[in-house]
Amino acid sequence: MAHDSENDNVRRQIDENLRRVYQEKVEEQLPDRFKQLLDQLKAQEPNGGQK
Amino acid sequence: MTAKDPRDAIVDHLPALRAFAMSLCRNSAQADDLVQDTVVKAWTKFDKFQQGTNLRAWLFTILRNTFYSSRRKAQREVADVDGVFSANLASKPDHDGRLALKDFEVAFAQLPDEQREALVLVGASGFSYEEAAEMCKCAVGTIKSRANRGRAKLAELLQLDDSESMELTDQSTMAVLAANARSAS
Repeated sequence: MAHDSENDNVRRQIDENLRRVYQEKVEEQLPDRFKQLLDQLKAQEPNGGQK
Repeated sequence: MTAKDPRDAIVDHLPALRAFAMSLCRNSAQADDLVQDTVVKAWTKFDKFQQGTNLRAWLFTILRNTFYSSRRKAQREVADVDGVFSANLASKPDHDGRLALKDFEVAFAQLPDEQREALVLVGASGFSYEEAAEMCKCAVGTIKSRANRGRAKLAELLQLDDSESMELTDQSTMAVLAANARSAS
């Protein structure tokens, strides 16, 4: 049906754009604060992060 | 020589967590604070994580719970939407497709939280409807309905809802899609 294929096309375009926008965010460089945070969390462990 | 801490895997999911956080907060400073809170919680409650299950889904769940509980606390504060999505696109070289993508981001930021969340989970980050429903503690049909309402609203805002306007205005979006298809292959 023409109506369905039109909806599919709109949906495909929207999802393509969603993925593209999301991917741009994923590929951004991670701020240093997160590496520092993980280092701090590890340093707090009494036995160096081991269970 | 230290044994590998299973929590070291958290770092692999930080880029995806940030992308999810930005779609919820629409503000990069708030998004990074949210990711930081999420990492601290995940790190300290890691014994609650069931080894062998989906770590990313677990982290996303903590992030969204943190987002909604802090938002409830700050209910009366006006959301500071800084246009994080459009802002960092504007500085990039504009060629065919960029404008349409920016329009898309501006439209996306207007959707209600629940619809943005559903669309990012199932439309962008590749979770199944079942996984998204579990993360959001709601029925699969609810996620589908939120995602579909979000898509319908985007189609309306971007005037994608009839084929005539799509032909006229959407050549740049189609150029993006064509470029995507090429780079994906």
